[in-house]
Amino acid sequence: MMEGNVIKYAQDNIDTDVIIPGQYLKIHDYAEIAIHAMEGLDPDFHSKVSKGDFVLSGKNFGCGSSREHAPIALSHSGITAVLALSFARIFYRNAVDGAFLLPIEIGQDAYDGISDGDRVAIDIACNEIKNITTGQTYKMKPFSEIIGKIIAAGGLFAYNPDGD
Amino acid sequence: MNIVENILARNSGRSSVYPDDVVFANVDKVMMHDVSGPGVIKVFDKLEKQGISVDKLWDPSKVWVAEDHFVPSAEKISAENIVKLSNFTKNYGIEKHFKYGMGQYGICHTLSHEEAMVMPGDVYVGGDSHTNTTGALGAFACGLGHTDIAYVLLNGKIWFKVPETYYFELHGGLAAHVMAKDLILKIIGDIGTDGGAYKTMQFGGSGIDEMSVEGRLTLCNMTTEAGAKNGIVEPDQKVIEYLSQRGATDLNPIKGDDDAQYAKTFEYEGSEIEPMVAKPFSPGNTTVVREAPSVELDKSYIGSCTGAKYEDLKAVASILKGRKVKIRTEILPAAISIYRRALEDGLLKIFLDAGVTVGPPTCGACCGAHMGVLAKDEICISTTNRNFPGRMGHVESQTYLSSPLVAAASAVTGKITDPRDL
Repeated sequence: MMEGNVIKYAQDNIDTDVIIPGQYLKIHDYAEIAIHAMEGLDPDFHSKVSKGDFVLSGKNFGCGSSREHAPIALSHSGITAVLALSFARIFYRNAVDGAFLLPIEIGQDAYDGISDGDRVAIDIACNEIKNITTGQTYKMKPFSEIIGKIIAAGGLFAYNPDGD
Repeated sequence: MNIVENILARNSGRSSVYPDDVVFANVDKVMMHDVSGPGVIKVFDKLEKQGISVDKLWDPSKVWVAEDHFVPSAEKISAENIVKLSNFTKNYGIEKHFKYGMGQYGICHTLSHEEAMVMPGDVYVGGDSHTNTTGALGAFACGLGHTDIAYVLLNGKIWFKVPETYYFELHGGLAAHVMAKDLILKIIGDIGTDGGAYKTMQFGGSGIDEMSVEGRLTLCNMTTEAGAKNGIVEPDQKVIEYLSQRGATDLNPIKGDDDAQYAKTFEYEGSEIEPMVAKPFSPGNTTVVREAPSVELDKSYIGSCTGAKYEDLKAVASILKGRKVKIRTEILPAAISIYRRALEDGLLKIFLDAGVTVGPPTCGACCGAHMGVLAKDEICISTTNRNFPGRMGHVESQTYLSSPLVAAASAVTGKITDPRDL
């Protein structure tokens, strides 16, 4: 069970250029990357984010570049999960394979029913998201088999494909 | 099976695969550059601390390295990244490292075809999202992040969910002054920036048969902007000749079977495609050029893996010959080999006579790195592939994406211009 506060961006297509602008791609220190997280969209993000927070957004989260800086920036800011209506593929697999954060696909009901600042609990085992602020419970889309296994192992390097 | 299923089945040792199957595919070629390379080195450092051996790579001969994003080194951090990358390739015995200032170098996706680094039928992964470009040679070409590239470097394989394939059929060739870039912008506008998410986007039909290899590279390049896992064109004689001219031998192309299945088919008439632009701030925000807003442009940028191949520059020269640019215009050939041809064929003189600044190969301002990034409120027309907020510089700058012909025509007038109206 994970519990945290939600930072909501009520829009689709949050792209990697706003999650971590291109000028910072030369930086490879994770803490320094995190200082610039979401800078292209929300320059206050770094000052308002707390450890254990979740980001919530619309469709196609993380579209654009393959920069692993994007999940690193969020993860090292303290974000443990991104809840979105859908994800762009490279952001999704970077988040999982590098064990940076959980990319959680939600339905329209959770997207509409969770507001910025709400406190939320995520129960991966039951595929459930509870909005503690409102008392409402929502279903998340279960992880596919391979994704579930890589997450359980703690990232791609810890996962043994022959050990099933 | 279709071409992608055939490639993934062969490389994962199976007789057949179906969409949604998860396979661990053997990788034939892997690429990293001056952004993903140092990212991979960082992953290697983490692995070492965890007690995982990073002493040697699975096969250094299948790895190649480009310097493109922040070169020639933009400032000292970039310079240090290049040193790190050079030490890495030296220590691990990677011979194919294209260094700036040492002969051929350029944007990684451009080198993939200019240097025949990738063959039809290959599973090719790169630490860059536009790795999709090289699917135009008939490879399964897919972009990955740093952790995944590190995994491939050490293990020679990586997991894929076999994608469904969307088939885009082009009936008949494109009209004069219409380029592959216009077609892919039209497609992205139609299906949306997640319209191809997790899919293969395959291109075929008589219009694709007629299209040059470089045109196909442009199509596959921007499948990334539709969210696709990869773009691909079945290799034909044109691809074989293109690669053979660049020194490739023993080509064994793979194609789809006669009963290949596609999840969806989209049909386009070549003659109906018109010059297009994508307005700020999305590659899917498209309109035909003749209906584009009448804005005063500050700049025309002709560069990148999408829009600075040899044919792109030739198209630009056809517009700029005997004309002067009215706004700041930069042309950055995507590789030294292209730069050289542009010199030998007189294109550079045409550009300089027109008033253009010609720069070295680099990703440069396409990703907001250096070499002409945009100030607040500046408006640019660009042959690149993305126009998200802040992509080419200030978050309040604006980028319109277009073909090289439209970017050149617009450079001459200072407004977004259909080359047919010059």
